[in-house]
Amino acid sequence: MIELRGLTKRWPGADRAAVDEVTLSVPEGTSCALIGPSGSGKTTTLRMVNRLVEPSGGSLRIAGEDALKQDPVRLRRGIGYVIQEVGLFPHRSVAENVATVPRLLGWADARIKARVEEVLTLTGLDPARFAARRPHQLSGGERQRVGVARALAGDPPVLLMDEPFGAVDPVVRGRLQEEVLRLLKTLRKTVLVVTHDLEEAVRLGDAVAVLRDGRMAQHAPAAEMLARPADGFVAEFLGSDRALKRLALLPAVAARREGRAEGEALPPGASLRDALAALLARGTKAVPLADGGVATLDAVAEAGAPMSAAAAGPAGSP
Amino acid sequence: MEALAGAAGWLAANPLTFLGAVGDHLMLSLVGLGLGILVALPLGVAVAHRPRLAEAAIAGAGALRTIPSLAVLAALLPLLGVGFTPSVLALALLALPPVLVNTVTGLRGADRAALDAARGLGMGAVRRALQVELPLASPLVFAGLRIAAVQVVSAAALATFIGGGGLGDLVTQGLALLDTGRMLVGAVAIALLALATEAGFGLLERHLARRMGGA
Ligand SMILES: Nc1ncnc2c1ncn2[C@@H]1O[C@H](COP(=O)(O)OP(=O)(O)OP(=O)(O)O)[C@@H](O)[C@H]1O
Ligand SMILES: [Mg+2]
Repeated sequence: MIELRGLTKRWPGADRAAVDEVTLSVPEGTSCALIGPSGSGKTTTLRMVNRLVEPSGGSLRIAGEDALKQDPVRLRRGIGYVIQEVGLFPHRSVAENVATVPRLLGWADARIKARVEEVLTLTGLDPARFAARRPHQLSGGERQRVGVARALAGDPPVLLMDEPFGAVDPVVRGRLQEEVLRLLKTLRKTVLVVTHDLEEAVRLGDAVAVLRDGRMAQHAPAAEMLARPADGFVAEFLGSDRALKRLALLPAVAARREGRAEGEALPPGASLRDALAALLARGTKAVPLADGGVATLDAVAEAGAPMSAAAAGPAGSP
Repeated sequence: MEALAGAAGWLAANPLTFLGAVGDHLMLSLVGLGLGILVALPLGVAVAHRPRLAEAAIAGAGALRTIPSLAVLAALLPLLGVGFTPSVLALALLALPPVLVNTVTGLRGADRAALDAARGLGMGAVRRALQVELPLASPLVFAGLRIAAVQVVSAAALATFIGGGGLGDLVTQGLALLDTGRMLVGAVAIALLALATEAGFGLLERHLARRMGGA
């Protein structure tokens, strides 16, 4: 659980606060995506949580404890941190990079070695191939994975990520997002992730928080925010196709109707977006669902409309 | 030819004097260099991330660098008298600028993201300096050490003017006694020592670069 209450940062000499009384809580085991235009204070907010930036006001609690009263160096060892530039230590091997926090925590060598292999495997890197390499011998995507592995190595309950997949191409990026998302869910980490990419925010965040000029514009589950932006700024930020984006977050079964249809059934766990895509691609009026019944064009439109019953209980909301 | 024969003759007749001078020269250089490093390196680490102080340090080092070595020696004479100590101090002053400037530049140029990550992962200031900052800055720091070492080895030849001893003694004595052989032995030995220092540090530097993996 991460709780920010009225957290404020005023940089010396700045005429307005970079982060202005931001209140936000991320419940245990969920993720929150911080999003907003450039300069809106996302990085500053994130870095106040591990106290790389000292807040000028407000309070901060992590796992129920007052984080502003703790020694910052100790505090950081319990918080995973992934930055956009990755920031691997170029003079150290992948294994040594990953072992950073366990070493700081004073673990025994055997335990560190086992843990390094474990997190490398978790992040999709074969220890036999990668452990001994230097960062410059890795591709951009592999480096990002090492960055995530290093953040997870000390098994911190809380993870902070600042544009974690910024440095890789869109294809690798999508795959990394999927994998990391699944990993963080299974590990039940509490995650605060900064991004300026709405797709990424929706995909990675159970909840999304939009910042504007250092203030919280809206904080809500992704599907709810896409359905009901708090104001014109948020609506514009989410884009005119927000209703379409939202379909990806709702289950196809929300559009279930009795009946039969030709063609292959949609896979279990398919979204309304998948259903719509299949309907358009096949040029039919109905597609079969995995567990029986069909999704029809009308039903998709109805279920996907912001005021529908499905919007009140979207898939995957916290 | 005649001069070379004279040099060989002097060397054959006075091997112990020669070895003694080489020993003194190395001692002067090592202690001077060590002292300089001991001051410049920590100073560099301390000021590198404080922009004002770093600029002041670099400016100071630049000023110190423009003063001729002989002038530094001469200036120390009335303060500290003659002998080993003032010579070593003068050499330390000479070693200071290249080490300080390169340490500061190296640290300021070190990979910001790696430093940021080190801080974010919970490394304290000392650990960060020793395990991340200095290793990242080490190619430049090492180049600074090489420059300082070569300068100190060369300048140690001047210690003879304030009674510091070393190979410079052979040159001044040779001049005074019109003994070309002795003078030549001193001069060549100083040059070779400086070259060897340069080459030795060059090798170390390359080894280090390989260990850093060219990153
Ligand atoms: N170290 C600093 N000193 C002074 N001002 C700063 C500092 N860091 C950030 N700021 C200012 O604080 C404001 C918010 O910056 P921040 O980096 O949090 O924005 P951001 O939302 O992360 O932007 P981006 O999407 O471009 O990364 C900006 O106006 C920035 O200029
Ligand atoms: Mg930022």
